[in-house]
Amino acid sequence: MYRSVSLSVLFHLGFVLLTALTLPFVKKEPITAQQLIAIDIIQISEKTQIPFAPKAREIIEKIKKEKKKERVVTKQAPPKVTPKEKPKLVPLPDKLKLKKQEEKKKKQNPKEVKELSRQSSEFEKKELFDPNKIAALIDKSKEETADIQKKQSLEATQNQDQTVNLNKGITLSQEDAIKAQIYKCWNIPLGLPFDQNLLVRIRMKLRQDGSILSSEVLDHRRMNQPGQGYYKVLAESALRAVKLCDPLKMPSTGYEKWKDLQLNFDAKEMLRG
Amino acid sequence: MKKFYFTFFSILFFTHASFAVVKIDITRGNLEPLPIAISKFYMDDPSKFSAELKALKLDEKMSEVISNNLKRSGLFRIIDPKSYIQSARIAHAKPTFQDWALIKAQIMVSGKLVIDKKKRLRVEFRLWDVVNTKEIEGLALFATPNSWRRIAHIISDKIYERMTGELGYFDTRIIYVAESGPKDQRVKKLAIMDQDGANNKYLTLGNELVLTPRFNPASQMITYMSYFKNLPRVYLLNIETGMQELVGDFPGMTFAPRFSSDGRKIIMSFAKDGNSDIYSMDIKSRLVEQLTSHPSIDTSPSYSSDGKYITFNSDRSGAQQIYVMKSDGSKVKRISFGQGLYGTPVWSPRGDLIAFTKIFKGNFYIGVMRSDGTGERLLTQNYYQEAPSWSPNGRVLIFYREAKAKKSGLGASSSLWSIDLTGYNERQIKTPTDASDPAWSGLLSK
Repeated sequence: MYRSVSLSVLFHLGFVLLTALTLPFVKKEPITAQQLIAIDIIQISEKTQIPFAPKAREIIEKIKKEKKKERVVTKQAPPKVTPKEKPKLVPLPDKLKLKKQEEKKKKQNPKEVKELSRQSSEFEKKELFDPNKIAALIDKSKEETADIQKKQSLEATQNQDQTVNLNKGITLSQEDAIKAQIYKCWNIPLGLPFDQNLLVRIRMKLRQDGSILSSEVLDHRRMNQPGQGYYKVLAESALRAVKLCDPLKMPSTGYEKWKDLQLNFDAKEMLRG
Repeated sequence: MKKFYFTFFSILFFTHASFAVVKIDITRGNLEPLPIAISKFYMDDPSKFSAELKALKLDEKMSEVISNNLKRSGLFRIIDPKSYIQSARIAHAKPTFQDWALIKAQIMVSGKLVIDKKKRLRVEFRLWDVVNTKEIEGLALFATPNSWRRIAHIISDKIYERMTGELGYFDTRIIYVAESGPKDQRVKKLAIMDQDGANNKYLTLGNELVLTPRFNPASQMITYMSYFKNLPRVYLLNIETGMQELVGDFPGMTFAPRFSSDGRKIIMSFAKDGNSDIYSMDIKSRLVEQLTSHPSIDTSPSYSSDGKYITFNSDRSGAQQIYVMKSDGSKVKRISFGQGLYGTPVWSPRGDLIAFTKIFKGNFYIGVMRSDGTGERLLTQNYYQEAPSWSPNGRVLIFYREAKAKKSGLGASSSLWSIDLTGYNERQIKTPTDASDPAWSGLLSK
């Protein structure tokens, strides 16, 4: 009797320990702070290489000019910038690490996390746990199971999906390169209404040489529903764009990072003019 | 239980793995019209075609009419037929997509013509997605050989509908006022034609002056203003029977008529003692209702697509502006607040926009605004142009434009023009004589 009770206690304890150690979300405190170092590389996205719509171009050029002035100043300062590609390989002195940690803890709120996680490496991201990702999880399961008959719920999933673009396995300039290719291939259907929330998501698998192994429309059921004529038109144009761009010119390294791609086609911005 | 653990863990790991997908937002593309190839329609068994039909060259004409329709919409670029590699017959049966991809076509149309045992013309057409190598639409239509033009329009509508997601507007007609003769002795006749300018016909002889013809949405009836014994009044005309009748028994002049979207009512202005107000009349019961009573000039009324509201222009604020009220005449609200004068408001069949004419600093503009007055956009500017009318899908406006007369008084000619909502695709519609006051019908095949 005594022996079996103690055994049971032992096993239970063991199991609890195991869960605590292996499952990341059991830990109350996120382990994000330690690895998040690369703060200085922010704002690349603002300097994206592709020219914006004509109206926005002027504004961007203004910003660029201002940035240029700033750069002159920073040249004289000691170089802080860590390499873009592999921040995890750069060793940092422990003291610095600790300082950053403290800063992070003070600053921490959901919005900040979203911004920062963009700069972290692939490896670190897997460890991250933040509320935005719960949304991603829910969104994912919705995609599989939810009844997509109602238009409203459709739009809801779309909107959620738009907020979840945290995980960039590739650098922004690589992303821009892919975007530029697709932009050329995509003939936007000009008759689409600009005031409707239409977003087509295409999931693709790529081969090492950039050719497309497979591509499919997520929510493809919506294509054949009555009253979804515009969605069908947009989805078909997106599929044509992907086909016309095959093979994509992809970076020669980091195949693992870009072998799965999801393209979110949204013509609203363009059609509004 | 095992199953539960299995699914639990698989979900855990699966979702982790899914984070690795790189998501990229594609928010821009090229705004070029869609490149489309329209293969010649071929005669399946030429021996069955009579000599007359052969002389018509239906096989070429069919694809020509479709090409012209699609080209004028501004949404398609037709690839030159001279560059087509494949024969029409093979293209229709089983096209080799590489041949079409080679000339950069993204979409291809093919078709065949058959005369069946009842001597009817049977037209088959197929729409091919060249890039994704599949057929996306196929249809066969029957008609008497004379109405081949309508078949071509219906096919154009099908292609337009399939590629844009909205209804087409090619199987429609336009009614307008055909003008001829010198300025002081102008002969004005009612005329009707297909939307591409073909099949022009005159409905009146030109003895009386006619103005502002408007279609019933069902397109069998026309309402217009005509001067009879020097009194302008609103009339109804049945296109099929030619029956003409006076609308209402008003002790004065009535003008600016328009049908409600369900075709049951006519709305118009009635002027008495220098004041004009808006009246509606139920066509069946002939019941007349006065909707506005204001000591200013209220005119150019137009029902909203759901029939719940009416837009009109009035000078009650001192200058001509656009107003919206409920269909019973209550809750009048001014919606145009820009500089200049606003007139001839027309509610879009889609219900979202109101088209209007604007006069500002001596220039005439055709523009659109939302029904609450926001989002004003001017589409085109000219010396003199007015009276916009919507295509049934609410994407294109037709209006008329008058050229500036020379000092001698000659050269003032009026013509019909169309422009789409983007403001870029402006085209003239050719008419045999000078033309004004156009109105677009609903879809005939609906």
